[in-house]
Amino acid sequence: MEQAILGGLQGLINGFLHLDWRSLVMLGVGCLLLWLGIKKDCEPLLLVPIGFGCILTNIPLADLMGEEGFLRVIYNMGVANELFPLLIFVGIGAMTDFGPVLANPSTFLLGAAGQFGIFLTLILALALGFPKLDAVSIGIIGACDGPTAIYVTSRYAPHLLGAVSVAAYSYMSLVPVIQPPIMRLLTTEKERNTIMGTMKGSVSKTTKLLFPLVITVIGGLIAPKGLPLLGTIMLGNLMKESGVVARLTKASENEIANVVTLFLGLSIGATMAGGAFLNPQTLIILGLGFLAICLDTVCGLLLGKLMRVLSGGKINPLIGAAGISAFPMAARVVQKEGQKYNKKSYLLMHAMGANAGGQVGSVIAAAVMLSVLSGMGIIK
Amino acid sequence: MDNVTFGITMMVCGMGGTILTLWIFSLIMTLLGKIFPESKEGK
Repeated sequence: MEQAILGGLQGLINGFLHLDWRSLVMLGVGCLLLWLGIKKDCEPLLLVPIGFGCILTNIPLADLMGEEGFLRVIYNMGVANELFPLLIFVGIGAMTDFGPVLANPSTFLLGAAGQFGIFLTLILALALGFPKLDAVSIGIIGACDGPTAIYVTSRYAPHLLGAVSVAAYSYMSLVPVIQPPIMRLLTTEKERNTIMGTMKGSVSKTTKLLFPLVITVIGGLIAPKGLPLLGTIMLGNLMKESGVVARLTKASENEIANVVTLFLGLSIGATMAGGAFLNPQTLIILGLGFLAICLDTVCGLLLGKLMRVLSGGKINPLIGAAGISAFPMAARVVQKEGQKYNKKSYLLMHAMGANAGGQVGSVIAAAVMLSVLSGMGIIK
Repeated sequence: MDNVTFGITMMVCGMGGTILTLWIFSLIMTLLGKIFPESKEGK
């Protein structure tokens, strides 16, 4: 009897006895992510479930990522097979208006410049000794696009999923803090003062309808390995622009996206077990991710400066910084910075064009990267 | 394949491919914009 009571009591304190310093630190990290999401409004839709998933997975003996743990079930259901990021992409496509980039297609090139960070960071990661596919997954943080980073990492470097996802979403939310100092550093006051003319007229419905089809077919032929990414975002956009499947569009951008975001966040948090997450490699990945987004901004601004020279001073180079995937946050940052120097400067629509170009650019960069890897025989 | 070759290949083919693909998109969308102008459809 006495033995049974002692055994029962032992069962109640086992969790405390198995707490090690790693679990404690990761519980702190989970709380930090929750604080960032709740108090600082940094990507709360993702950081709150990620933070909570991190806390859940680091409570000893619960074994939620074990064979039959509910977090493992969710992970296998949509992260291990890359389904969740693709469903999110349908929602993103349904929410994004590509009109500004279609009105001024040259801004697609600013979306290309915003992807330089991916490849430069990949080279840096290789130089630091990361294996090839790990370096690819670290570089993809520079896409500044959470679902793309998760898609690539869950497939080719699942052990880095927690670090890469946290870096991607944290830095995306920090774009308004990261970009302005780089903008000021790389542009002169005269350049920042440039007032750009009004945008060309709006785009016809036919063009908007053909856009997702053309991008899917041409992009799919160039980079078939990335077709899941490209096809899902364009499907969402086609549904939105067609206007005939309002229920599906609404479901994609609301119900489906919300449910998947919850599951995706929890699954990512669940990969952040102390033993796997707390190592110097994670810190290096976070550092490289930060560098990737800085390099994206630098290259976008440099192309903006080049376009300014080629256009005879008609382009404000600040819009180059919007050529990343953080939509529409990066465009808003450009508008705010531009107005600081010239109250009459309205860069928002131009920056939205570059930003929508960056959205397509990040997907294309990932798709091209996967197809190049496949061509080299590094992935199947 | 050594890391230097891999890195340079990814930079050249990856970034080059991205720029080329987006440039092709910009050309096609410019063309489509001319074939289906907004004003014509508006009328």
